[in-house]
Amino acid sequence: MKSFLWTVGVVVFINLQLHAQNEVEHNNMQFIAAGKYLPLYSGNNNYKEIKAFYIDRYPVTNYEYSLFVRENPDWGKNQVKRLFSDKGYLKHWDDNHSFDNRLKDSPVVNISWFAAQKYCECQGKRLPTTDEWERVAAAGLKSADGSKERDFQQWVLKVTSSAQPKPIPAVGSTKQNFFGVWDMHGLVWEWTYDFNSSLSSGESRGDAGSGSNLFCGGGGAQAGDVENYPAFLRYALRSSLKATHVLQNLGFRCVSEVKVQTGRK
Amino acid sequence: MKRSFSICTHFINFIPLFLILILAGCGGPQLKKDSAEIGRLHNVTDIKGEEIAQLTDPPFVPPPITRNYSTKVIVDLEIIELEMELADGVTYVFWTFGGTVPGSFIRIREGDYVEFHLKNHPDNKLPHNIDLHAVTGQGGGAEATYVAPGYEAVFNFTAINPGLFVYHCATAPVGMHIANGMYGLILVEPKGGLPKVDKEYYVMQGDFYTDGEYGESGLQPFNMGKAIKEQPDYVVFNGHVGALTGERSLKATAGETVRLFVGNGGPNLASSFHLIGEVFDNVYIEGGSAMNHDIQTTMIPAGGSTITEFKVEVPGKFILVDHSIFRAFNKGALGILEVDGEENKRVYSGKSEPGIYQPSAEAVNLYKKKRGLPAVTREERIAAGKTLYDVNCAACHLYDGKGVTAVFPPLAKSDYIDGKPDKAIGAVVNGLSGEITVNGVKYNSVMPKQALTDSEVVSVLTYIYHTFDGKEVNITEEQVKKMRK
Repeated sequence: MKSFLWTVGVVVFINLQLHAQNEVEHNNMQFIAAGKYLPLYSGNNNYKEIKAFYIDRYPVTNYEYSLFVRENPDWGKNQVKRLFSDKGYLKHWDDNHSFDNRLKDSPVVNISWFAAQKYCECQGKRLPTTDEWERVAAAGLKSADGSKERDFQQWVLKVTSSAQPKPIPAVGSTKQNFFGVWDMHGLVWEWTYDFNSSLSSGESRGDAGSGSNLFCGGGGAQAGDVENYPAFLRYALRSSLKATHVLQNLGFRCVSEVKVQTGRK
Repeated sequence: MKRSFSICTHFINFIPLFLILILAGCGGPQLKKDSAEIGRLHNVTDIKGEEIAQLTDPPFVPPPITRNYSTKVIVDLEIIELEMELADGVTYVFWTFGGTVPGSFIRIREGDYVEFHLKNHPDNKLPHNIDLHAVTGQGGGAEATYVAPGYEAVFNFTAINPGLFVYHCATAPVGMHIANGMYGLILVEPKGGLPKVDKEYYVMQGDFYTDGEYGESGLQPFNMGKAIKEQPDYVVFNGHVGALTGERSLKATAGETVRLFVGNGGPNLASSFHLIGEVFDNVYIEGGSAMNHDIQTTMIPAGGSTITEFKVEVPGKFILVDHSIFRAFNKGALGILEVDGEENKRVYSGKSEPGIYQPSAEAVNLYKKKRGLPAVTREERIAAGKTLYDVNCAACHLYDGKGVTAVFPPLAKSDYIDGKPDKAIGAVVNGLSGEITVNGVKYNSVMPKQALTDSEVVSVLTYIYHTFDGKEVNITEEQVKKMRK
């Protein structure tokens, strides 16, 4: 027990140090140290090792995305190829570049997976894997494993299942978690790189027996935490998507494995 | 099938007809359509034409199907997440099929080929799907209809089995989707339809789990802990407390026949469905083909249904309840069927004469047998009298016999009984009602007659005179007998 506490202490200490260091070097990205987390579909306590990465502290905003469109006119509202996005791409924008100025700092939505991934690529980044995203989202306000923070969990369930606020508020308007990352819950859904690797059949009660370890709903036989309803909702949402889908409340943020200077924001 | 018949020659056609006539004449057991055959693929027949299903909001149902052939039916159902009232001053974000809880009522015919369009409104937050219990096939359509907000899914099925079926969302976490109101009913009418009735209604029970206790106002979020423990704050018919009361009561007129299509969405509780003041003439057990008669209360499992039929004979307010009765009294599981029209006193008289219940001599005798041996000596009488007084009299006349002025007359120093033991005996054995004056104060209430033996009356009065007046009055059992009417 003592050695465990000692280890935790060291990890926290290192983490704080890194935190401080990266505060300076990466204004808009947060370093997430290598570590373990318990995926939703992990069976019993099968913790997963996640390598270190940097993650955007906020979802990508309309303004940031408009800069990308300026540099990449192919991804304009009217130019985007149907192969890469369904109708409705950037439908909340007036045209290729302009949108209601009040939405400047709100997360960009109505974005297909292809568009989101392209944006990240152009920044020298990529979309986070579901594991990376979920690892960050698993943090509470006071610890890397927020599952024991009851008030926080109840808040997450409430904001995850309640109606989408309209207009969508600015980034940084919900909560900043233990890692220093904002808006993992309660602002918009976010794309992940492998969103459909956990594809459920859509039949939440049947997946337990489908041979897939990734998704199981009703029975929850293979879920690590059957009471993590917000995670079930997120996995269900991702599983319902195709890469060309555009949703009014689906945005994204990027990650990278190395330091990236974007100089924006 | 039809085509093959048409190429048959006349005499081949004649043989089966001939056989049928013979069988019908035998008087033996006839083959019924509803017999317990396994497999209903014979229901898959030629499809003629196409129509768009008319959907209705609860408590209404689409009109009966009059066609006598199978057709292609197009069903358009839209999923809408919206904040609505769960009770007065209490709101909840419901996830709905068609904007109501329960969802739109779908009515098709056995053998119909359904093209089902499930549309997830773009303003919605979550993916959804639909599992129709009427569907034969993977997940009841759940897998085929899994759809993100802003998208539409389409699948087809043939309604092989007739019956009243529940549909619901089956997206993870499935309990939460159902708890938020994602259920409804689809009726697959048997070939030949259901018997004609005057009124048809759609009622569906559901349990709800909120952060706040029952009645706590404001927008109440779903409470996962209570849902897992199966401890709902609300159990309601048609999505909110009072959905079927007051102006929204179900209506009928005395003499009409009524059919209720009743479902139970759950997610957790089974319903003890009961209609106060009516007996269900017919109950289609669990919404299937078997019928039961003269039923008071019928069980409806979560994810199940029933059809009840009855004739309303007399006017009145007939109350629909879940007879697991605390749910009706404290959690909202209550609705009203308001019947107007002519009274029928022969069927139901109403309250005839208000009155005081005076127990019969038989009851008094039964009572006597349970008592022990009578008291004999004065001391024994006073001791026994105290016990009898404390049990039978003290609640009104109080332990000190002083009564309550103008409400319960005093026994102590009472000019009504002082020196008039017969009056006292009469009051005890026959009861007393109407106006009397005691010590100058008027009393007008009712004293029921007391179920005491003659000996007990002697004891209690001996005690009263002894204790409250300091008088030793000799009352005999003969005196008591004489006073009894």
